[in-house]
Amino acid sequence: MNKIEVNNLTKIFGSHPQQGLKRLKNGEQKNEILEKTGMTVGVNQASFAVKPGEFFVIMGLSGSGKSTLIRLINRLIEPTDGEVLIDGDNITEMDMSTLIDTRRKKLGMVFQKFGLLPHRTVINNVAYGLEIQGVNKEERYKRAQKSIEDVGLKGYENSYPNQLSGGMQQRVGLARALANDTDILLMDEAFSALDPIIRKEMQDEILHLQNKLGKTVLFITHDLDEALKLGDRIAIMKDGRIVQVGTSEEILENPANDYVSNFVKDVDRSKVLEASHVMKKPEVLMTYKDGPRVAVRKMEEVGASSIFVVDKENHFKGLLTIDDAIRAYKEEIPVDDVLITEVPSALPHTPLNDLIGIAVDAKYPITVIEDGRLLGIISRVSILSGLVLGKEKDEVTPT
Amino acid sequence: MNYFHFPLEDWTNSFVNNWLLPVMGGFFNSVSDVLGAFIEAVTNLLIVIPPEVIAVILILLSWKIAGKGLAIFTLIGCFYLGSVELWSAAMQTVAIVLVSTLMSVLIGVPVGILTATSTVMDKIVRPILDFMQTLPSFVYLIPAILLFGLGGVPAVISTFIFATPPAVRMTSLGIKQVPEDVVEASRAFGTTKSQLLFKVQLPLALSTIMAGVNQTIMLALSMAVIASMIGAPGLGSTVLSGISTVNVGLGLTGGLGIVVLAIILDRITQGLGKRV
Repeated sequence: MNKIEVNNLTKIFGSHPQQGLKRLKNGEQKNEILEKTGMTVGVNQASFAVKPGEFFVIMGLSGSGKSTLIRLINRLIEPTDGEVLIDGDNITEMDMSTLIDTRRKKLGMVFQKFGLLPHRTVINNVAYGLEIQGVNKEERYKRAQKSIEDVGLKGYENSYPNQLSGGMQQRVGLARALANDTDILLMDEAFSALDPIIRKEMQDEILHLQNKLGKTVLFITHDLDEALKLGDRIAIMKDGRIVQVGTSEEILENPANDYVSNFVKDVDRSKVLEASHVMKKPEVLMTYKDGPRVAVRKMEEVGASSIFVVDKENHFKGLLTIDDAIRAYKEEIPVDDVLITEVPSALPHTPLNDLIGIAVDAKYPITVIEDGRLLGIISRVSILSGLVLGKEKDEVTPT
Repeated sequence: MNYFHFPLEDWTNSFVNNWLLPVMGGFFNSVSDVLGAFIEAVTNLLIVIPPEVIAVILILLSWKIAGKGLAIFTLIGCFYLGSVELWSAAMQTVAIVLVSTLMSVLIGVPVGILTATSTVMDKIVRPILDFMQTLPSFVYLIPAILLFGLGGVPAVISTFIFATPPAVRMTSLGIKQVPEDVVEASRAFGTTKSQLLFKVQLPLALSTIMAGVNQTIMLALSMAVIASMIGAPGLGSTVLSGISTVNVGLGLTGGLGIVVLAIILDRITQGLGKRV
């Protein structure tokens, strides 16, 4: 059975939605109806189904009706017509108390603007969904604590939302949705308000969590790259209609119409891919306080001939080759003096295009550095593989 | 502009004399009895407790809520009220302010909640509030005497009329100001209407509501003074007798007492509003 099934779901905003619905069924377009009646078609006869455990992304530009659509699923907005089946139960016909119960037990939601309660601490925000269900204090704190740890916010339980950064606030939002232990997560542009690095982090995190917890995720985004990275399947929306549903490969290779192909034609790998997409965590990394002996041993372990040196805050200090490390060890000179500091570097957003030139001349891997911090390294191989294999979805996702 | 005669005056008088007083008189009498007893109880309580005890409580409260400055001011203020022999008059005024504020909050906050959540209620209540706030207070002092007699009861009733609007308006404003995304998120997690009110809207509106309560207390204090004209006991009657006997000194003495009360009550309630 499908986890979520949406059939002919329609939402018309305005004074006489039923009249608009009739026009819509007679084949009139969204803009005709707006012109003749002043009513706005939010969602136009949308149908799709989401399988259990699937990561389903709805992609569309602003005004395409995607945010309305996700709110029709849990009836934050009342649908005009059509049905939404959650585990086979039609949510559009539920009375208020059944609906509230379904929201509590089956539908977690994460919002673009977080929607946290500013007067409650992190743990009380996360426990909110359980509190309103009447779960006792001990139990709800236990479950809240677990989901706080799941999203990596341990230690912030007693902070208030305004003391946290945007990325951390959204982790709280995510933890709140996880604490209810619903099978379904509705995510409305959940990462759109975050800056790119945090955003990428959260994308990786949600993929990881979804794998681990087996949630069914309905994810809304306006960002094609995000859709391609996250979605098992993607639905593309335009003017309230769903114009294509398919895997990212299907959408890239066989766009259903001009609109979709216009969208995806710009996906030129070398331009779309950025340094942060192809970079890898450095395999060997040492901090200052490790002496040259530790460095030699670490290199030996992985069979590398050089090691990246950072300080406690992960600020990049330089590169230490095995020869220099051994020399430093024998002659007892500080690691500082033998570090190679002139290493090619790039920002996380540097397009792959620009890296090719650097890579040709470089003796060492390119370091990806932002605010002095070492985020990752890029070898010549990963640039080439990024370019060549980029068309296949798996390679879009940095692993 | 007098194209026709509109006998509002006659109508009102005959309404009051032929229906309100004979038919509803009993009802107003019993309201008057209950409210009168309540006011008396509060007044007696404030007078029975030794001034020193009340002063210490007030000073500690000022210290805790608004800091050292206000605590010192309260200390000086209490000495002042005692030394000009206006302590019991001040307590009578405080009793009227407390009782009418209590009524204003008990009625004003729920009405404010209703107007925030229902546009129909908002449309009905808004003109009533305008009426209550702008109608010169002397106009309803007259019927207040007719219905409730002289003394504390009509004072509390007219003070209630004058001081309730800010409680209603600020409650309504506070609830409307709760961010839409917070309300939406709460609903998405299965919040019922009453849970939304008590766990989300009221806590987030609390500081605005407290600002309304602060305004209510200030208005109540100013009205409690005017109400001395209809026989309300307290600092107002001191000022009134100062005026009627052209005794400038007595007027100033009573007037300063009111200022002292106003500053203490204002700072304490403002401090409370900031803490929530």
